[in-house]
Amino acid sequence: MLTLEGLRITWPDFTLTADLTVPSGARVAIIGPSGAGKSTLLAAIAGFQPLGAGRILWDGRDLSPLPPGQRPISILFQDNNLFPHLTATQNVGLGLRPDLRLSPVEQDRVATALARVGLDGYGARKPGALSGGQQSRVALARVLLRARPLLLLDEPFSALGPALKAEMLALVRDIATESGATLLMVTHDPRDAERITDQTVLVADGHAAPPRPTAALFADPPPALRDYLGK
Amino acid sequence: MKVSLIAAGFCALASFAQAETPTLTIYTYDSFIADWGPGPAVKKAFEPICHCTLNFVGTGDGAALLSRIKLEGARTKADVVLGLDTSLTADAEATGLFAPHGTLPKMDLPVAWTDPDFVPFDWGWFAFVYDKTKVPVPPTSFTELAKTDLKVVIEDPRSSTPGLGLLYWVKDAYGDKAGEVWKSLAHNILTVTPSWDEAYGLFTKGEADMVLSYTTSPAYHLIEEKDATKAAAMFTEGHYMQVEVAAKLKASPNQALADQFLAFMLTDAFQSVIPETNWMYPAVTPKDGLPDGFDMYRPTKSLLYSADEAKTLRDGALAEWQAALSK
Amino acid sequence: MTLWAGGAVAALLGLLTLGTLAAVALRAGGSVLLSVADLSALRFTLEQAALSAALSVSLAVPVARALARRRFPGRRWLVALMGAPFLLPVIVAVFGLLALFGRHGLLNAGLALLGLPGVSIYGLHGVVLAHVFFNLPLAVRLLLQGWRAIPAERFRLAAALGFSPADVARLIERPMLRAVLPGATLAIFLVCLTSFAVALTLGGGPAATTVELAIYQAFRFDFDLGRAALLAGIQFVLCGGATLIAFRVGLPATEAPGLDRPVERWDAGAPLLRLQDAVLITLAALFLMIPLGLVAVDGVPGLLALPAPVWLSALRSLGVAVASSALCGGMALALALARTASGRAAFDLAGMLPLVASPLVLGTGLFLLVNPVADPAFWALPVTALVNAAMALPFALRALQPALDRIEATHGRLADSLGLTGWARLRLLILPRLRGPLGFALGLAAALSMGDLGVIAIFAGPGGATLPLQVYRLMGAYRMAQASGAALLLLGLSLGLFWLFDRGGRGDADA
Repeated sequence: MLTLEGLRITWPDFTLTADLTVPSGARVAIIGPSGAGKSTLLAAIAGFQPLGAGRILWDGRDLSPLPPGQRPISILFQDNNLFPHLTATQNVGLGLRPDLRLSPVEQDRVATALARVGLDGYGARKPGALSGGQQSRVALARVLLRARPLLLLDEPFSALGPALKAEMLALVRDIATESGATLLMVTHDPRDAERITDQTVLVADGHAAPPRPTAALFADPPPALRDYLGK
Repeated sequence: MKVSLIAAGFCALASFAQAETPTLTIYTYDSFIADWGPGPAVKKAFEPICHCTLNFVGTGDGAALLSRIKLEGARTKADVVLGLDTSLTADAEATGLFAPHGTLPKMDLPVAWTDPDFVPFDWGWFAFVYDKTKVPVPPTSFTELAKTDLKVVIEDPRSSTPGLGLLYWVKDAYGDKAGEVWKSLAHNILTVTPSWDEAYGLFTKGEADMVLSYTTSPAYHLIEEKDATKAAAMFTEGHYMQVEVAAKLKASPNQALADQFLAFMLTDAFQSVIPETNWMYPAVTPKDGLPDGFDMYRPTKSLLYSADEAKTLRDGALAEWQAALSK
Repeated sequence: MTLWAGGAVAALLGLLTLGTLAAVALRAGGSVLLSVADLSALRFTLEQAALSAALSVSLAVPVARALARRRFPGRRWLVALMGAPFLLPVIVAVFGLLALFGRHGLLNAGLALLGLPGVSIYGLHGVVLAHVFFNLPLAVRLLLQGWRAIPAERFRLAAALGFSPADVARLIERPMLRAVLPGATLAIFLVCLTSFAVALTLGGGPAATTVELAIYQAFRFDFDLGRAALLAGIQFVLCGGATLIAFRVGLPATEAPGLDRPVERWDAGAPLLRLQDAVLITLAALFLMIPLGLVAVDGVPGLLALPAPVWLSALRSLGVAVASSALCGGMALALALARTASGRAAFDLAGMLPLVASPLVLGTGLFLLVNPVADPAFWALPVTALVNAAMALPFALRALQPALDRIEATHGRLADSLGLTGWARLRLLILPRLRGPLGFALGLAAALSMGDLGVIAIFAGPGGATLPLQVYRLMGAYRMAQASGAALLLLGLSLGLFWLFDRGGRGDADA
């Protein structure tokens, strides 16, 4: 269970507060107007954003003292999710061991993960030689191997076309389901939220609201969400 | 860490080697130990005689040599210092680091030698060197030079011993009028270089008509390059001398060896090497005489201040020079 | 660990610069006064450095702009060769300049043919001309970097809006220059402040005395360590003040290779503008290349007659250069990593220290520090490598720091999220991504070390001569032709080393 307890993130001209819990295994969309602080919220959970006040807990354990790499988290950013100078295999292997000194068994696991995302035989390629969709798959294969209980997505597929994006989201849903991971996903597209998440956090007016069932939220949107959706 | 271990190992080896044969350490100016300088030949000749290892340490030019000794003071590793000249010996003497020499053999110097510590090993006359094909009628004195439009390169007395020599030359020849002479020469001075190397380089590249060098410079071109076009202008005021000297250090643990070297320095084995490596006159003319070209230019009048005079006059002469040329 | 390594390097640089100055000052003791001559040396030093910097930069603006918006065959080579004057031993470059501008140089020969009166290079203008020759390439490279930092999209937008070249200059280029010019000017000002042989040789007389010469005199002829330390201290304060200003304004990065591609420009097609740029580039190339060419021509006959010891010295110099380059790369990397990790400006400042130190004081102070504990002659080559590395460090740092910041900006969070830390981060992320700028920095350090006389002259023992020292030894023994040959060898080896390292950094440059 993820708990944001009395969270306050402050900038000179901006404050974001959050006080909420996300149950284990939930799939949560984070939605809200541009500049409301969706990415900032994710960055705080991942350990990139210092907190003004409050705590972030995972299963009752305070994450604050942990550096990003030691948190029980996998995160995919909007871009730069792969190292362009490393091969697909190496990029995925980083999910097992950051120093890439992989045993034969671990190398097999990397190959299996690549096959699982449909990239059998692409291991030796570098990102520059892969399409946008294939690059996303490599990143997802790494997520698979890291097998952290919390998966954060900061709109990593926004540059993909609608069909490809749908395909990736389906893959994400499968991976999350298989591993039982909790998913937090920033999006600006209500259809994405409806497609794979069961709950939604609305970030607006400097506050992240506790998650509500996605379908119910969109059926009866609060004023801030209504403005955002333009309804 | 590893490096310091290597160093420690090296020092241990060095002291081991020392126990076998004694080592005589000589500080000298850098060009003395160049592969084409006198150093290698001297080392080869002396080591079989002394059954020792001759260790030359090069330190820039003559002035750098003295400042090195002053920096190290009484703890210096040098047994002998070789390559100071007469404009520096008073300063060197004042350090109290040097020991008197023994009796000297008869030497072929144009002036009497009375210094108790320093032993001359070679000498020369400063002169303006020119190219006969470009300067058909060379000036015969500083005053004649001032009347021409010839461009000369000189060395800076603040950074080079030939430069300092020229300062004394004018001072010795003209005394209180030296400042005026410098003023009259200002239009002839193309530029002032930090050391002899740059000045002579400018001259050989054809940039200047004349350069402050030595009367023996044409001999180099004659012997090494078969080029007879270079000449030294003979001045009626006389020519200032540079005498290069060596001395042993009081604190040296190798007194006998140092004395042996200073004595060796005035023998044929050392002296015969000097003319065609250092391009100066040897302090004692070798048995076989001097090479061709060394007798081409012999001034009739030699100028040289004693070490003490040189020291006393230096700052005043330098100020005159600076004032006259800073326009 | 990053901070420890960076801190250790900063401490070492402090020891090399401030520590050596303190060693000299402590050895001197007592109080000293400055003479009138010292004050006028100070004035001349500031004057020539300011003029040289201002002129180098104002000439560099049109040249860099022309290079930024033109593509032509050999452009890459031209930009690379333009670094050569900066790498040459001073006296060799001066001879090259004199072959063009001297009394019997090409220029005066040409003027005489036309029946025009000759011009003299000696004087303040000659000093400034030489400094422009050395530093114009540096300025052009710094400014080119500024042009390259302008996103290509901005020129596209300008084209879409129908900007004229004047509009582009006003709205796009001028803001960039305002950010880059102060730093570039100050960098060159600093380089010119410690000039010594150039200033004296081309200055034409004692009026052209710089502070560095006064320090030399204090050391060598007066053995007045107190005055030397005081003068060096004043020079340090001057440089330090200028550095702090430069630092506030923001020093631009030196060139990062691999980015050397001109962006598509739609505003520069007019024939007149093409002609103007062609003339500018040609003039700059001629100004820089003719003296170099003359050095080469002058050196060829001597090159064939070089005595064996010179070749040995060349090998020794290569060894020192490679060691120095590795040291410099390591130190620059440690400082840059510490700077990125901590965000502390102190690491930047430490990296600038070598630029403001007097080489003479550094060498002497180091001697005073080393002599009581070890044999200086034995340590001559390692110390030379270290000092040369420190001297090249400011330039290496300028190449590495921005690149490192870029890497951290694009991939830092990803690496953090994957727990990529310590050696693994260095091995898997930073070194591969930094390969280009690192190759450039290593090449620059190697070439600078190759050409620098450094402290070897103070420390040299028998048989330890480096190639620049042999050039001077050959000159000192009347062997001018061989000296020219050795100088050509030096020029070739410096450029060759630079090319090798730089190329090594550019291979396999994917993504």
